[in-house]
This record gives sequence, structure tokens and C-alpha cells, in this order.
Amino acid sequence: MIISIASGKGGTGKTTISTNLALSINQKVQLLDCDVEEPNCHLFLDPVMETLEPVIAPVPQINLEKCTFCKKCMDICRFGAIAVLKKDVLIFDNLCHSCGGCFEICPEDAIIEKERSLGEIEQGTAREIPFIHGRLDIGQVMVPPIIKKVRSYTDPDIVTIIDAPPGTSCPVIAAMNHADFILLVTEPTPFGLHDLKLAVETVKILNIPHGLVINRADLGNDEVKKYAIKERIPILMEIPFDKKIAQIYSKGEMIIDKLPEYKEKFQILFDKIEQQVLAGGQSK
Amino acid sequence: MKIAITSQGDTLDSELDPRFGRAAYIIVVDTQTLEFEAFDNATNKNAFKGAGIQAAAMISDNDAQVLLTGFCGPNAFKTLEAAGVKVANDQTGKIIDVVKKFNQGNTVFADGANKDGHW
Repeated sequence: MIISIASGKGGTGKTTISTNLALSINQKVQLLDCDVEEPNCHLFLDPVMETLEPVIAPVPQINLEKCTFCKKCMDICRFGAIAVLKKDVLIFDNLCHSCGGCFEICPEDAIIEKERSLGEIEQGTAREIPFIHGRLDIGQVMVPPIIKKVRSYTDPDIVTIIDAPPGTSCPVIAAMNHADFILLVTEPTPFGLHDLKLAVETVKILNIPHGLVINRADLGNDEVKKYAIKERIPILMEIPFDKKIAQIYSKGEMIIDKLPEYKEKFQILFDKIEQQVLAGGQSK
Repeated sequence: MKIAITSQGDTLDSELDPRFGRAAYIIVVDTQTLEFEAFDNATNKNAFKGAGIQAAAMISDNDAQVLLTGFCGPNAFKTLEAAGVKVANDQTGKIIDVVKKFNQGNTVFADGANKDGHW
């Protein structure tokens, strides 16, 4: 079972939920940190890393001896990464999305595949749990290939918990797609609700069963709850706005270590998710 | 000499468009005869990425040796440099006046981009 922990708004508590949930449940589990632009699960888990794998992608390189400056490569590139001039061809690696269109269309076989690094994947163990995270290279913008690579470590025989990036764009889709359940973490503020709605619309398109965790639940107003009831989204857990939790987080510590009663709460959260997944499976 | 100027309209009476890659029009004008051609830049204007690069390639294709514009980013500048097109930034006013000023010979050419890239 794959549970993807997402949110529209950043800073609502995805990592807190992901890490504490992974360490609380009574089943075999792995944790994948898919927020590859700013991975942070490792700050809380202190994993021992065992392997490092680069994520590479092809970019074109032009053989000017063969090139006839016909511009077919420039015309097919949606990202403007190729400039064919009168006697030269410029390639902008950082704009290239490695779609392969230019390689296919070149009639002169003048394009050579060059490799570039997008990022890297680290695999290891955090408190006996398999832990994998990805890291985007500085200056790179292509995030989904790294997330897909992190997800290639998914073990279908155990529970997979994914810490997704915030927002609703391509990286988030890459971290949610084909999950069995999406747990949306939100906060009861106008910003939280605004971005939650965007996230819910995205999850609906992906057609994946989903539920809510309301973090800092006694702040703000009750608009998030009203919205959840109206949209029939189950609220699976509420975490109060507790100074102790804030302090634990700010030290990079785990809630379940300092407030052990939470271990059971996260187990209950997992049980509810499992019920939802089973119920969703029946209705399909 | 042919020079390219970013323009908000398609005549010499139009105002210069300070944007380069996403300018409404790019006017290529002969500085001697004032004969000109206005290129509709709509495709680049709405481009997802790389507007400046594509506009730079277009200018090179039309044999302009100089670009007069407001702001030019790093990718566009690199492309123009490779194509041998000189760039003068921070230009303003009507296209015809910009050409006249250029003909007086006081134009200072840039040695780099004057705008950060877009992400």
C-alpha cells in the first residue's frame, strides 16, 4: 500500500506526519522523501545512508560538421533550448526537458546524446526502516525524473509512505500518482483552506481515495471543517497547536519520542487510512 | 546597416517595447534608407520558455547587426553574442527617434545581460 502525504500549502506538517507515521505503525514500512527540492525527513530521522545513485538525463550536442542548420531541432523544441544560428547552434542545457524530439527529427544524424546530472538518490536505513530520498542538483529545474527514481525503490510487499512536495504542479503529481491513498495535511487558516481546495481538485482528477489531517487544529476558524464535510472528505486526525510540539519540531526531534502517547494516535491514523483504502477498493 | 528594435507596434511611430524576448513586435530597420519590416513576435511572446533565445535567433536570421531594446536576459545575450549581434539596452522612446539617436553614433553597447533569467 502506497500512502502519499501531500498538501497544497507548504509548512502544514507533511514531514512531521510522514516521519512520525512511518515510525509508529505495526507493519513493515519504508519512507520515501519525494520533496527533492528541499528534502528534510533525514533531519528528523538521522538515517545511515548506504548507496548513492546519480540521476542523469540526455541533452543534445550538435556535430557541426554534419549540421545543415535546417532548424528542425529548434522548431520541435517546446522549451526553446536550441538556438540555430547561421554558423553555430547553441544548446541551453538547463532549459532542456530531455524529451528526445531533436534526436528523432534531425535528418542529418548530427545530434549526439550527452549526459547531464539532474540530481541524486540516497538509500539507507532510518531506525530499521528503509529510507530513500532524492536531491535536485543546484541550478536544475527538472524535478519529476528524480521523484520517479525515488519511487522506483518502492517495495510492493510493504507499506510505502511518501513525503510529497507542496503545491499542485508536476512534482506533486509525480509524488501522488498511482498511490493507494493521499493524506492531505492542512491547517485551519484561510491560506490553508485556499491551497487545500487546489490540492483536493488535483487529487480528484487523479481519482485516488483521500483524507485529511488538520494540524494546529485549534487555530484559525472552522472553514476547513465545513469544507471537508461539504466535500465528504474524512478528517482522520487532528493535531492541536501545542507549544511542546513546536519545540520538538524546531529541535529536529520526533513527536513520538518526546510525547509517546502520539505513537498510538499515529497507529489509529494508519488504521483509518487502511479502512478507507479497503472501502475505496470495494466501491470501485 | 540593419538593426533590430523591440517595439510595441508595427510602425516606426510605435513606442519601443522594453521587453526583448516577449516584445509585441521586432522591427528590423535599415539605418540609411529607413526601410523596415515589422515581425509579429506573438509566438515568442506566449512561449513557455526560451522566448529570448528564439527572438535572438530570429534577429540573426534577418541579418540585423545590432539590437536596441530595454532589457536583455542572459540566455538571449549569449545567443546574440554567438550570432555576432551587438546589444544596446535601456533604450526608450519612439522607434524613429531611437533610430535617429543610433545614427548620431552615441549608442553604448552592453557587455552582458542587464536582467536575470526567468525561472
